[in-house]
Amino acid sequence: MNLDIFTDVAAWLGDGENWQGSSGVLARLGEHTLLTVASTILAVVVALPVALWLGHIGKGGAIAVNISNIGRAVPTFAVLALLAVGVLGTGTFGPFGRAGLATLVALVLFALPPLVTNSYVGVREVDRDMVEAARGMGMSGWEVFRRVELPLARPLIMTGLRLAVVQIWATATIAALVAGPGLGNIITQGFAFQDQAQVIAGAFIVAVLALLLELAMAALQRRADPLRGSRTRVRPVTVPGAEL
Amino acid sequence: MTLLVAAGDPSCLVENAWVCGEYLRTRQDLLVDATRQHLYLTVVSVVLGLVVAFPLALLARRYRTTQGAVLGTATGLYTIPSLAMFSLLLPVTGLGSDTVIIGLVLYSLTILVRNIIAGLDGVPADVKESATGMGYGPARMLLRVELPLALPTIMAGVRVATVSTVALATIGTIVGAGGLGNLLDQAIPSQFRAQILTAAVLCVVLAVVLDVILLVVQRVLTPWTRRAA
Repeated sequence: MNLDIFTDVAAWLGDGENWQGSSGVLARLGEHTLLTVASTILAVVVALPVALWLGHIGKGGAIAVNISNIGRAVPTFAVLALLAVGVLGTGTFGPFGRAGLATLVALVLFALPPLVTNSYVGVREVDRDMVEAARGMGMSGWEVFRRVELPLARPLIMTGLRLAVVQIWATATIAALVAGPGLGNIITQGFAFQDQAQVIAGAFIVAVLALLLELAMAALQRRADPLRGSRTRVRPVTVPGAEL
Repeated sequence: MTLLVAAGDPSCLVENAWVCGEYLRTRQDLLVDATRQHLYLTVVSVVLGLVVAFPLALLARRYRTTQGAVLGTATGLYTIPSLAMFSLLLPVTGLGSDTVIIGLVLYSLTILVRNIIAGLDGVPADVKESATGMGYGPARMLLRVELPLALPTIMAGVRVATVSTVALATIGTIVGAGGLGNLLDQAIPSQFRAQILTAAVLCVVLAVVLDVILLVVQRVLTPWTRRAA
């Protein structure tokens, strides 16, 4: 391993030129942030009402849970490629840049599974006795949802949101492979120029920001969990059909 | 419009149709090679992932103070976007499949370590007490009692890890070894639709086939769960 690479990467990061301009780090960070925020809002608006309502009436569980497995099996790169080469094309889409629409749609698609599954399971996992008790106190369906199910489902809804945001951030990086916007371009451009320092510097920026985002979302999630700290059991990752 | 009409016609390549029989026929070797590389990357990564995950999980269980560190590190690694992960490994292992495999192993650890710990923790205490009463030592307890009972949870983890690995391996194309991802990457500049759709479908098929195989393996290894289900 060539240790000079660290010096080269530090030099690349220290060079103000690399941060300026339309393909500089700051412009790419702007695109990446805009994509992440926009697709998170869109995905939440689409997924939460449907998933929470299905959880409330207790229907559609198979779809709500299986959508996460489908999401895992389909490569983000393949979906981005299909969308960019297909009907959505690689045209410039407002502030989102080249292949902006294809990227945005792909990001929303991959944010849906964690949001839907976790919100649905969150509402379904609420103790049925508690729901019955609330009904017995004369609460209407809406009141049961608003005052019992929703607050108790909040930790899992936040888990879904955290997973969705981290997924969106990662997928937005891959947009560069279909000539789309975002921080991934620093990496792909580095490969195109055979500039290893740029590749590593770009990857470093992407990775550090992803970790910071995860930490911020985890902190947000802890704040939303009324029983925080009381659970120590390790939760396994599960597949439906392999009930444990 | 010419989507299916062109399927059997050589001109579908010229018309850049999504579904093209001529493409499948003429690029058969390319498709087989890419699928084979994809399968190799996936299987080697998951197997190595298990080899690394087991000692880590046992360590985390033996010394509970290390559990937070082990799980935290694994989760942190999972957060790193794949394009960045493979690029960061570049100075260490260079271009090629080694870099991709190391990256995929690191990703699989999050799921595998978590499920091995959860599976072993889920073994009922009275079962372990009975085994101790029958004179089982720690090693025999682990191999004959705890692992078999933890197997459904561990296998669930292996299935999830395998399916995600198939999807993530496509990004390996950035360091020159992406299996079916290479086909996607090559097809994008020329907007070669038949190649993109074929590679995408093959990825999903590969994930589903491996998942079904693992499910069958799990059924065979844990015959006692079938009656309950």
